[in-house]
Amino acid sequence: MENKLEKGLTFNRKIKAEKEFNLKDFFLQWEWLLLLIFIAIHIMNSQLSPYYLNTYTLLDATMTFLDKAFIALSMTFVIIFGDIDISVGSTVALSSVIMAVLYNAGLSMPLAIIVCLLVGITAGFINGILIVKFKELSAVIVTLSTMILYRGIAYIILEDQAAGGFPMWFNFLGWGYIKNLIPVILIAFSVAAVIFYLLLHKTTFGRKIYAIGNNDIASLFSGVKVDKIKLIVFTLNGFMAALAALFLTSKMGSTRPNIASGYELDVIAMVVLGGVSTSGGKGRMIGVLLSIFIIGYLRYGLGLVNVPSQVILIIIGALLIISVLVSNLLYGNKSE
Amino acid sequence: MSDQYILELKNITKKFPGVKALDNVNFQLKAGEIHALMGENGAGKSTFIKVITGVHQPNEGEIYLNGEKIEINDPNDSKALGIAAIYQHATSYPHLSVTENIFMGHEKIDSRTKRIMWGDMHQAAAKHLQELGADFDPRRRMSTLSVAQQQIVEIAKAISTKAEIIIMDEPTASLTKTESEDLYIITEKLQKIGTSIIFISHRFEDMYRLADRVTVLRDSKYIGTWGVNEVSNKDLIKAMVGREINQLFPKTEKEIGKEIMRVENLSRKGYFKDISFALNEGEILAVTGLVGAGRTELCESLFGIKEYDSGIIYFENKEVEIKEVEDAMNLGIGYLPEDRQEQGLILDWELDKNISLSALDKISNRGWIDRKKEKNMAKRLAEKVNVKARSIFNLASQLSGGNQQKIVVAKLLTSDLKVIILDEPTKGVDVGAKSAIFEIMSDLAAQGYAIIMVSSEMPEVLGMGDRILVMRNGEITAEMDVEEADQEKILEAAMKAEK
Repeated sequence: MENKLEKGLTFNRKIKAEKEFNLKDFFLQWEWLLLLIFIAIHIMNSQLSPYYLNTYTLLDATMTFLDKAFIALSMTFVIIFGDIDISVGSTVALSSVIMAVLYNAGLSMPLAIIVCLLVGITAGFINGILIVKFKELSAVIVTLSTMILYRGIAYIILEDQAAGGFPMWFNFLGWGYIKNLIPVILIAFSVAAVIFYLLLHKTTFGRKIYAIGNNDIASLFSGVKVDKIKLIVFTLNGFMAALAALFLTSKMGSTRPNIASGYELDVIAMVVLGGVSTSGGKGRMIGVLLSIFIIGYLRYGLGLVNVPSQVILIIIGALLIISVLVSNLLYGNKSE
Repeated sequence: MSDQYILELKNITKKFPGVKALDNVNFQLKAGEIHALMGENGAGKSTFIKVITGVHQPNEGEIYLNGEKIEINDPNDSKALGIAAIYQHATSYPHLSVTENIFMGHEKIDSRTKRIMWGDMHQAAAKHLQELGADFDPRRRMSTLSVAQQQIVEIAKAISTKAEIIIMDEPTASLTKTESEDLYIITEKLQKIGTSIIFISHRFEDMYRLADRVTVLRDSKYIGTWGVNEVSNKDLIKAMVGREINQLFPKTEKEIGKEIMRVENLSRKGYFKDISFALNEGEILAVTGLVGAGRTELCESLFGIKEYDSGIIYFENKEVEIKEVEDAMNLGIGYLPEDRQEQGLILDWELDKNISLSALDKISNRGWIDRKKEKNMAKRLAEKVNVKARSIFNLASQLSGGNQQKIVVAKLLTSDLKVIILDEPTKGVDVGAKSAIFEIMSDLAAQGYAIIMVSSEMPEVLGMGDRILVMRNGEITAEMDVEEADQEKILEAAMKAEK
């Protein structure tokens, strides 16, 4: 619909609105490289262990890494802003510990789970409010502080002990199968991944996230509620950390204040390897998903043949450096 | 002034993928002259400067310095040859002191102890500043200085490197009248000590005041060089635009309608105080004053960027609150920000996404983006504003400044507006585009839109405004109809000495 303002203007310019398919651009996408790495890792793993390449192993393996992958979904949003949230590991610990303590104090398990999620939401909301209200503080500084703070509270609540004894059905989250084949956590993660994919790529909310990551001032002048969206995303990140806490606690059977330490770095590594630039505005959900499974299966495969975990860390670190270098060289000027 | 050429560029051609940015351009700089370089946006001035400073290497052509053929392969080469460039936005280190900025890269170092000789450097810096008629402390941090003062520091830096050729790229664009006057004096001082100067500006007053000769580029080509006194204003405009412009301020007869917006005692602490005015349909309200008088801040509050503390806004006779941008947009207020690249566009984005950003609810269904609607809207609006682009999937950064501006205008067109706020709409815009902007403004006003135009340019305030508000230190010091206004009255209200 033309409005009154437009009518006065008439030029005879024609501008194309059809996208031309460009074979080179199509194949120069970062995700193809990730797909190659993904395949290479499966080939390597099946060479390393004869027991690797079958449906059961491949499905079971996802149980070992998908808990933290939940956070990678929302962390993708945070990093597209050009921000970062390093408090998620501590948020996992805090929400997990509070859930366990309340359950042991007599609260019913479903209520304890709700409280766990609320703790995550609150922790994320506090991060968000601090970042939005105090513009001079960067997200790194704010979440570094709350990372220490949340973990500290977890230690005060539980001291250096473990808490657990959850009802049997709670184990189902971390160890359950649907039809004796597909892990519950894989189903749950798939649902979450689809939701986050649609949010980021198909909705105005996702568009605004990219806009803010590229230029928050121009976004503000275009009527994007920058502060509100940032607040929502950081709160969402806290919620996803609590969700990860549920699956992780279920898997472990009990919790300790030092649970999920170093999680934030694993999560950030997944997102960055997925092609999301830490300078903001760029990256796609597909890449992050591929990278989650690359890192997960790499760890699992090397673990199968008893490669020490320190060596695995070195390999993942090297993979990350190489991927960041390659993406900078190849895709430095590409948007999204 | 001697007739010997200190710098000579012959048949310079510079190609970028798909475009010739410079096509067979010639340029001769006499020793000790001030040479104005003029042309529309996108005429090739910036590329030309970048060839001289070694940022770009020409594909064809030769460069002679003092009659000797040279090659300038990178910015260090040009520095070593005594060429310095001063840009509109100083490219300095804001958190370092003036002294550090001046001596960056050539610090005075004690030859024995290898220590930096701070005392000597501060002294030398103070001396350079004094020569330029500036009296601020060289120990001050760069970021505490005004734009004009920062430019002086850049000039002092050029002097300290013993530059013989200084290029000034639109130095007066963000300066007030008095500051520009100071810059003229400094530039003349530089000329007296034998420096040759290339001066780029869109302002004719700059050229008449300073330059000995003027060279015009148009569409990447060399058009000609004239002595400033030999060429008429009209011919010069024709050389720059390629056609004649009859009337710069095309004000049409129109009816001024009923009141659309009224502001009473609007205040925001530290920025503006007790602002009251009314705005009528079909009216162009020019808001002027010195840079820093609170004009932009006022407009930002009217558009919901920064909330006002107190005061009342009436819109169509109803009391309204504008707390965020969405409120203003819902009322039908549009804003063309001053800094198009930073505030108006996402440079890394395609045109379609840029255009739709301020109208996401129009191209979506309960939050789901309808790509087809989006593309159609973008195509329609991009064609409406006559953007020179092949496809709506071009990146905004690939467009020239003028075309980027058109995209910002296309964003305004996405909503049904009643009030349009234009913040320095002609800043950094060439004369051809200027007259186009004024024409559109007049058209819009004639159709009944109310326009608030913030401007520091006296001629356009007097030429385009129906009513004029003058601001100083965050307060309105004068309000007058254009018939009773003149330059003196406005200046007096803008600069009234403080008691």
